[in-house]
Amino acid sequence: MLENLKKLERHINSELSSKIHNSVIKNDELLIEVGENDLTEVVQFIKSNEKLKFRQLIDIAGVDYPEEEKRFNLIYLFLSHENNSRLKLLVKFETSQTINSITKIFPSANWMEREVFDMYGIKFKNHPDLRRILTDYGFKGHPLRKDFPLTGFNEVRYSEKEKKVVYEPVKLEQNYRNFDFESPWEGTNYLKNKTNIEKDGKKN
Amino acid sequence: MVKKTKSLNLNFGPQHPAAHGVLRLILELDGEVVEKADPHIGLLHRGTEKLIEQKTYTQALPYFDRLDYVAPMNQEHAFALAAEKLLKIEVPIRAKYIRVIFCEIGRILSHILNVTTQALDVGALTPSLWGFEERETLMTFYERASGSRLHANYFRTGGVHQDIPLKLVEDIEKFCRSFPKIIDDLEGLLTDNRIFKQRNVEIGIVTQQEALDHSFSGVMLRGSGVPWDLRRSQPYEIYKDLDFKIPVGKNGDCYDRYLCRIEEMRESIKIILQCIERLPKGPVKSIDGKITPPKRDDLKQSMEALIHHFKLFTEGYRVPKGDVYTAVEAPKGEFGVYLISDGSNKPYRCKIRAPGFSHLQAMDYLIRGHMLADVPAVLGSLDIVFGEVDR
Repeated sequence: MLENLKKLERHINSELSSKIHNSVIKNDELLIEVGENDLTEVVQFIKSNEKLKFRQLIDIAGVDYPEEEKRFNLIYLFLSHENNSRLKLLVKFETSQTINSITKIFPSANWMEREVFDMYGIKFKNHPDLRRILTDYGFKGHPLRKDFPLTGFNEVRYSEKEKKVVYEPVKLEQNYRNFDFESPWEGTNYLKNKTNIEKDGKKN
Repeated sequence: MVKKTKSLNLNFGPQHPAAHGVLRLILELDGEVVEKADPHIGLLHRGTEKLIEQKTYTQALPYFDRLDYVAPMNQEHAFALAAEKLLKIEVPIRAKYIRVIFCEIGRILSHILNVTTQALDVGALTPSLWGFEERETLMTFYERASGSRLHANYFRTGGVHQDIPLKLVEDIEKFCRSFPKIIDDLEGLLTDNRIFKQRNVEIGIVTQQEALDHSFSGVMLRGSGVPWDLRRSQPYEIYKDLDFKIPVGKNGDCYDRYLCRIEEMRESIKIILQCIERLPKGPVKSIDGKITPPKRDDLKQSMEALIHHFKLFTEGYRVPKGDVYTAVEAPKGEFGVYLISDGSNKPYRCKIRAPGFSHLQAMDYLIRGHMLADVPAVLGSLDIVFGEVDR
């Protein structure tokens, strides 16, 4: 498995060396970082190349890192049935940038990109139909951004008076409480190495 | 003289019994022929991914039951595997067997629901009455293992919540012996049924290439003749050692997909029986006390257990930094979890890859040129559950 991934990594790196910023194998998965302008070319290449044949786009995941300069990450997950391998493509970019849509190459990217747009407000160039998909009609904001509050801004209820569903700002009886249970204690080093051996002896 | 024709817009759903939940499908009709379908989804959107970011790993698990709620444990499985991969912990062998048994029960649960409601959509009432009785039996198995019929919350990182009693294993075996008869009965009602065939054969045909382009997985892909099953090609748990077949369709129409599901139920029964036969004894949870909570009995006696219990249910466990994608073959297709951990006790990002999302996306292309009456048939064979599509 790992051998195959290394071979895959070498092959992609040798063919596309100028476009690849970085490539890592971790947890038996290959992650390749490309520049936002090279994305469509790289996707086209890994789909059509005879040795790679990543014919299926599994998903597109957006990630938000508000502290970083390049705030948004997009991770494209690919699957190759022929080679039985998976590949992750990573693109990092700033808030103001738009990303090229890959709907021409993979038709299934249509809704996935719409979802990313809905959740993060990332715009895609040349997308045929960039609308919101999961949130309500007329929804404002992008819920999966880290600065969007968990409770949201609006709530709905059925108004007996107006005989329809009305939107109102969220009113909470009690403020949303987010407890930080995380202990700052990192543990001791001598224990970390020993625990496993000890436990094996004690239990069972 | 040229006659002017105007296409008709029709709202299918969101409250329609054949929409399998809350789907609003906007159809553009020319007479009775569908010219365009625009599914509006998100009516069941609950922000699962956002909620998971605020919860510890243990607290995040129950949300997975609520995705595809007809086969809850299959979803939990994907998340448990993802967390285990990041934590690099080993699951005891007995837990693996129990997981597989319940995942296959989930597969049968989902397939019964789908096959019978697909029949219901095209006009056959009896299969759903027969099928739901069996689902009820299967859900009592869920209840006896986990305490609840639907939202099981049974799998844990590092194993399963608790061991299953011997009587339950016997009852599952008894069920597996009798269930093939029920499948035969269902098949007797449907497989050669003239009306059922007229409604399903050569409806909603997907070619191999189109199935790949539209990110299909599971039965939708196998129905079109692509022999791909994650249980076989990228085996997880103990699927490597089990003997089962992967039914593959030929024509890629609604009828082939129905046949695949029927055969898959038979294979699932085989898998469960093999697991029961080999079910080993031993622990059902990882013995790493930093991940899995201690036994109730130990709490009264051991200070260490008490501290562990307290820490696990307040702070939870921390997961090493990194990102991981794990996928399982859920009844509906490839269900994946892309998990990013920042080293804290909560996931930084958890992207859920639901098979139904891609399948429903292809609705427009599948239904174009078909008659209005084919819409429920195609929708039924897509096996859509809105819990997972909307998340």
